Amino acid sequence: MFEEMVRREAQWLSGEGKNSDIVLSSRVRLARNIRGVPFPTVADADTRQKVLSYVKIAIEKSESFNKGMFHSSSELSPMDKNFLLERHLVSPEFVRDQNGFRGIFIGRDEKISIMVNEEDHLRTQAIKSGLEIKATWQEANRMDDELSKFLEFDFDSDFGYLTSCPTNVGTGIRASVLIHLPGLVLTKEVEKVISRITKMGLSVRGFYGEGTDVLGNLFQISNQTTLGKSEEDIVESLEKITQQIIEYEGNSRVTLFRDAREQIEDKIWRAYGILRYARVLTSDEVMNLLSALRLGIRTGTLSGIDLRSLNQLLILTQPAHLQKYFGSQMNADQRDKRRAEILRERLN
Amino acid sequence: MLCQDCKKKEATVHMTQIINNEKIDLNLCRECAEKRGFHSPLEGKAFPLAEFLASILDQSLQKVPPELKESKCSVCRIGYPDFVKSGRLGCGNCYKIFRPQLKDLLRKIHGSDVHRGKIPGVGEDVMKPVREQRRLQEQLKKAVEAEDFEKAAQIRDRIKALERGR
Repeated sequence: MFEEMVRREAQWLSGEGKNSDIVLSSRVRLARNIRGVPFPTVADADTRQKVLSYVKIAIEKSESFNKGMFHSSSELSPMDKNFLLERHLVSPEFVRDQNGFRGIFIGRDEKISIMVNEEDHLRTQAIKSGLEIKATWQEANRMDDELSKFLEFDFDSDFGYLTSCPTNVGTGIRASVLIHLPGLVLTKEVEKVISRITKMGLSVRGFYGEGTDVLGNLFQISNQTTLGKSEEDIVESLEKITQQIIEYEGNSRVTLFRDAREQIEDKIWRAYGILRYARVLTSDEVMNLLSALRLGIRTGTLSGIDLRSLNQLLILTQPAHLQKYFGSQMNADQRDKRRAEILRERLN
Repeated sequence: MLCQDCKKKEATVHMTQIINNEKIDLNLCRECAEKRGFHSPLEGKAFPLAEFLASILDQSLQKVPPELKESKCSVCRIGYPDFVKSGRLGCGNCYKIFRPQLKDLLRKIHGSDVHRGKIPGVGEDVMKPVREQRRLQEQLKKAVEAEDFEKAAQIRDRIKALERGR
């Protein structure tokens, strides 16, 4: 499955949108449950099956979702699920799939998606390239309006939208940006900035969200609380803080180039050299080298590579993508060779 | 480049240390970097919310009256100790049954126990002025606390106007 999709660009990494050299993407997801039905974490198989079909029917009935694909988890192999995870269409929790009867709707351009029976009945997601949090929220809100024409969501006049985990209750919103901060990492300012961000009620994670490590200097910043503030306020405060981080990152790059221009340029050129000529490359190494390239494009050290192709390489060199791309199952050693091959081909 | 410690894996962590004016370059794989005590800036911060939740849930169980410890939600059959253990509620009805405990918990997690965001479908027009009034009353309280009486008067006028409108 997804043999065609792997050759298609992920639109949310198109390199378009505001500040897209630093902010790769903006994402909003909304947690919703159907009234009167136990949440997926405790519901029996029969109930989960019913929820899956309710949501499927709602999506089929609505004209807003007519161009897209719906897959039940039973049709998806573990590699298919990892592929969707790498494309940021499902969560690590969805991949674990302990209970079965899960589903994923993917909009035609992958900018919208709906996870069914993950921790909540529905997790509606909108994602856009660049710093476009407000527009992303509007898109998610529109999807939510559309779904609520067909499904009655669990809602309490005091607590708002009810969710399986009390940390999501109220608005059920998780708005996040994926942001590239090599300057702050190299100047060792990043821990200070992270602790400042967490004090302002936001949380910081690695590339693939909850519980993941920082790779390639990519951080995911999102709102922590969901109750007591409107969606607009939550989105606005994330946008403001992100703009502040962009400024800090810019300042640290100025410092780096003032105090250590040669070392930084050397780092960038070395990364470029390795990516163009190496024969064996691990996924972690590529993430870190691509980070140096991204810095090099922005600071004008490198020319002739655009952000769009760089972003696509970030996804295409992930394990499940590589295997889909070459159409065969590969072990880690084989993947490392194929990964180097793709990079040589794309960067030369 | 191979990791200088294990000389087996590819070095993905590159660092420069300056100790007593002497520059030392380190090129390590992730495992060896961790062995030397270099950690990712997010280490230990990956689950701030989950840890926080677990710690306050523990405290909340101790304050729960004994009869609630026995009772179970009639819809999903989840009891309060089950919730404390998993951190997950079973259904919408749980929010009714465990309401007083949840109010307390939600205030600790979110700093609030009242929803001020979107309302689904038909409810919107009915609830909007109520929420607006709540919001203004909070602003009024803040203005009074800050002794900004001019602003407070303006907010009071808006609340009055809102009440007349209903």
